[in-house]
Amino acid sequence: MMLLFDLALVASLLALAVHVVVEPDERSGIIAFLAFGLLLGLVWARLAAPDVALTEIAIGGGGTGVLLLRAEAAIRGRGKHEEPMTRTSKLAAAMGCAAISVGLGFAVLSFASPAPTLAPTAVEALPATGLGNPVTAVLLAYRALDTLLEKIVVLLALIGVWSLAPDALWGGAPEVRPSAVPDPLAYLARVLPPFGVVIGVYMFWVGADAPGGTFQAGTVLAAMWLLVMMGGLRPPPETAALPLRLALAGGPVLFLAIAFLGFAFADGFLAYPKALAKPLIVAIEAALTVSVAAALAMLVAGPARKAPS
Amino acid sequence: MMMAALQPGALFGLCGAALVGIGLFAVVASPGLLRRIVGCNILGAGIFLVFGAVARRGAGAGFAADPVPQALVITGIVVAFSASALAVALLKRLAEPAEEAAPAEPRGGS
Repeated sequence: MMLLFDLALVASLLALAVHVVVEPDERSGIIAFLAFGLLLGLVWARLAAPDVALTEIAIGGGGTGVLLLRAEAAIRGRGKHEEPMTRTSKLAAAMGCAAISVGLGFAVLSFASPAPTLAPTAVEALPATGLGNPVTAVLLAYRALDTLLEKIVVLLALIGVWSLAPDALWGGAPEVRPSAVPDPLAYLARVLPPFGVVIGVYMFWVGADAPGGTFQAGTVLAAMWLLVMMGGLRPPPETAALPLRLALAGGPVLFLAIAFLGFAFADGFLAYPKALAKPLIVAIEAALTVSVAAALAMLVAGPARKAPS
Repeated sequence: MMMAALQPGALFGLCGAALVGIGLFAVVASPGLLRRIVGCNILGAGIFLVFGAVARRGAGAGFAADPVPQALVITGIVVAFSASALAVALLKRLAEPAEEAAPAEPRGGS
């Protein structure tokens, strides 16, 4: 029965992906991509990876979908198009891509057996971190360096987006609210955020022991903030505003500070003193959640569109 | 080979392999730049799924999947989103009317 469900899931994923590629109407393709992201979340749940499923649905389906839909509306009719490829070169490209897929497929079928795994090692060290969710332990203890660098990549992307603002508008506010706010959007912007904020804070808090965590919580909070800004209830902040900059930098700065304190109070860079491991990890997660929420919302909001006041 | 396809996660691994091909085709062959960004996302989703199959096979110690690849995929999804956001911002800038996109007057030597 489950096999049947899996096969149906795979078939719909592939059908949606093909639809995204061949559909002449870009908007319809992007909506298909949104559905694709949601189904992909289901696939991750079937792969016994609920943390990834939450991230995929929130960021892959939700965040990227909003980003792409806004972009499509902004550039409709003015987008840059290249000359369509000739039939022969299209066929050649299709053959090449199919060859890559087939090669990857063979790689999937010939994975080493028994499969190498780090799960026992990850579980062994769990008590030392005071955490119950091994994925959170990997993200914030064993491979904390990856997470730290990732935060910095997100900030670099945001700096890249902001720097696309014309000189005169640098430091001004982005434009998020559509020229006419439809009634359902205004209604949702009033009703959803209280629930969304509770869900976001809950996801952050249970992330230590259950599926959830900073990224998922940050994305939900970012979505709620975007909803409020899109509904026109609150204007987006100026990109030069100090509270915004503090929220953005707070997470990585705290993370780095605790990482360097590891030299003095633990075994080295990014090591936590054993007795304080859990409180430190939760403190870093809290600051990171705020930073992720602010950064993701500002990434979707785009560069400054109004002159700074 | 047929047995291997029925191992946990292998089906989704194969699906990921197919998605890589579809996404790559969109990146190479689409005339529209926005669709290329979408194609890039499908390509990335496929690679993550192949990695997810690896995680599922690495079940052990009471967990149904290896947590290390899972954490890496979460990191990857966030980075992919940031890259898409930057690409979309560049695309919007590219589509702006020329007089708006060009600086008002060339700066003199400083």
